[in-house]
Amino acid sequence: MNTKISFQQTSCAFPVNGATFVAVDRVSLDIADREVVTVVGPSGCGKSTLLNMAAGLVNPTGGDVYVDGTPVREPGPERGVIFQQYALFPWLTVRANVEFGLTLQRGVGRAERRRRAQHFIDLVGLTDFADALPKTLSGGMRQRCAIARAYAVNPSILLMDEPFGALDALTRVQMQDQLLRAWSAEQRTIMFITHDVDEAVYLANRVVVMAARPGRIKEIIPVELPYPRSEAHRLSPEFAKIRNRVWHAVYHQTPEEEPAT
Amino acid sequence: MLALNVVAVAVGLGVWAGLARAGVEGLPGPVAVARRGWELIESGTLLKDTAASLRRVLIGFLLGSLLAIPVGFLMGWYVTARGLIEPYVQFFRTIPPLAIIPLAIVLLGIGETPKIFVITLAAFLSSVISTFQGVVSVDKTLINAARVLGARDGVTFRRVVVPASSPFILVGMRIGLGSAWATLVAAELIAAQQGVGYRMQQAQLYYDLPTIFVGLITIGVLGLIMDRILLLIERRLTRWQERR
Ligand SMILES: Nc1ncnc2c1ncn2[C@@H]1O[C@H](COP(=O)(O)OP(=O)(O)O)[C@@H](O)[C@H]1O
Ligand SMILES: [Mg+2]
Repeated sequence: MNTKISFQQTSCAFPVNGATFVAVDRVSLDIADREVVTVVGPSGCGKSTLLNMAAGLVNPTGGDVYVDGTPVREPGPERGVIFQQYALFPWLTVRANVEFGLTLQRGVGRAERRRRAQHFIDLVGLTDFADALPKTLSGGMRQRCAIARAYAVNPSILLMDEPFGALDALTRVQMQDQLLRAWSAEQRTIMFITHDVDEAVYLANRVVVMAARPGRIKEIIPVELPYPRSEAHRLSPEFAKIRNRVWHAVYHQTPEEEPAT
Repeated sequence: MLALNVVAVAVGLGVWAGLARAGVEGLPGPVAVARRGWELIESGTLLKDTAASLRRVLIGFLLGSLLAIPVGFLMGWYVTARGLIEPYVQFFRTIPPLAIIPLAIVLLGIGETPKIFVITLAAFLSSVISTFQGVVSVDKTLINAARVLGARDGVTFRRVVVPASSPFILVGMRIGLGSAWATLVAAELIAAQQGVGYRMQQAQLYYDLPTIFVGLITIGVLGLIMDRILLLIERRLTRWQERR
């Protein structure tokens, strides 16, 4: 399998009150082409920072992130990002939001743009709300609009930062299934941050558990359940076993493993 | 709501009439003021004064806003520009526009220029800060969202920063308009031959209270109308905003 995203001894430190605060400390992780990797860990352990480095929004202060073998220097449309806060442009309708990325691509005409946007609007079930402004949408609908906007530019990588965090449990499960369906149809590489252990296991080929202070990888847990996944997997004993393992790795981080700051 | 507003105005007029009748020293009643207003309209004085004042306020306000928007954007977008410009803006903001008038007369003479200059300055200083605040407070994730979709700096600025800060700019323009009116009367101290403020100063020399009242009401009404027009534009342009 080809490596799509490669963190190699990647670190990120921020200056805080004159001192440096190490948010991510020498993380090495290879994500294969078309793999779904989820990242879990206590809040503040550097998950977002890690993802933002792959997105090109934050520069590593040590090591590097490679995408298709090239070091990441800036954001690019081949790496779609879905933010926890949706980040829809509130002055644009759903359709205009979804078309935003396409308007920036050369060689995509008006008609083609409209057709492609419509396709993804339909895909996420916002057909009836295509001309609505974000303020009139519910949290779940906004999130789906953000997903359609990211899909529309056809990125080979999706970087998702707690995208379903604000959704109720039912919508959340629906969104997870929708994500996996779209993924198996379009075969993208997905890096997905969550604080929900169930979600991490359900989506992932591998779950990366991080520890805080400094932010680092504590354990990588493979999920040996076949795709496509369904409720049957979610309720299976194998699933429960893996979830227990992830749960322990996240919530029973022993003090020895957390060096004092 | 409207009914309450009307009631408030009626009560206000009633109180005013009552006070005048009770013989508060020199206070003219609403009727006397209305009569003087009518005289001033008939003779064409009020119209000419209003036109002269309105012209100054509008030119000053438009120049000030047109200047404030790019300067505010520069300050918000480029740290260097902010460092260079902000001290001046903060410094001049602490000086009341009135205090600039002697300087304006010496430097610019006694024509229309110093008046419009002072009004422009007042409008500029009030709205530049607001525009700058607007640019600075644009949600960083919106900028990031544009960047990850492939937007370069220029596109991000035009299609994200400008619309996202438009509510602040419009609020700034409304504040700027208020300052423009506030400065008008003072600006018309500068050897004006016409204008509502000038008329009021003349009236003051002759102890002509009704004319002063007509002037006050004219300024109030015009200011209110212009503010409402801006408010309407603001509502229309920022309809996308979530309001609580
Ligand atoms: N721009 C920044 N400046 C200073 N500290 C930051 C910055 N971004 C993140 N941090 C710090 O780095 C740590 C990791 O942040 P983050 O990656 O957002 O964690 P997570 O997403 O796992 O909750 C946090 O303690 C946070 O306060
Ligand atoms: Mg985070």
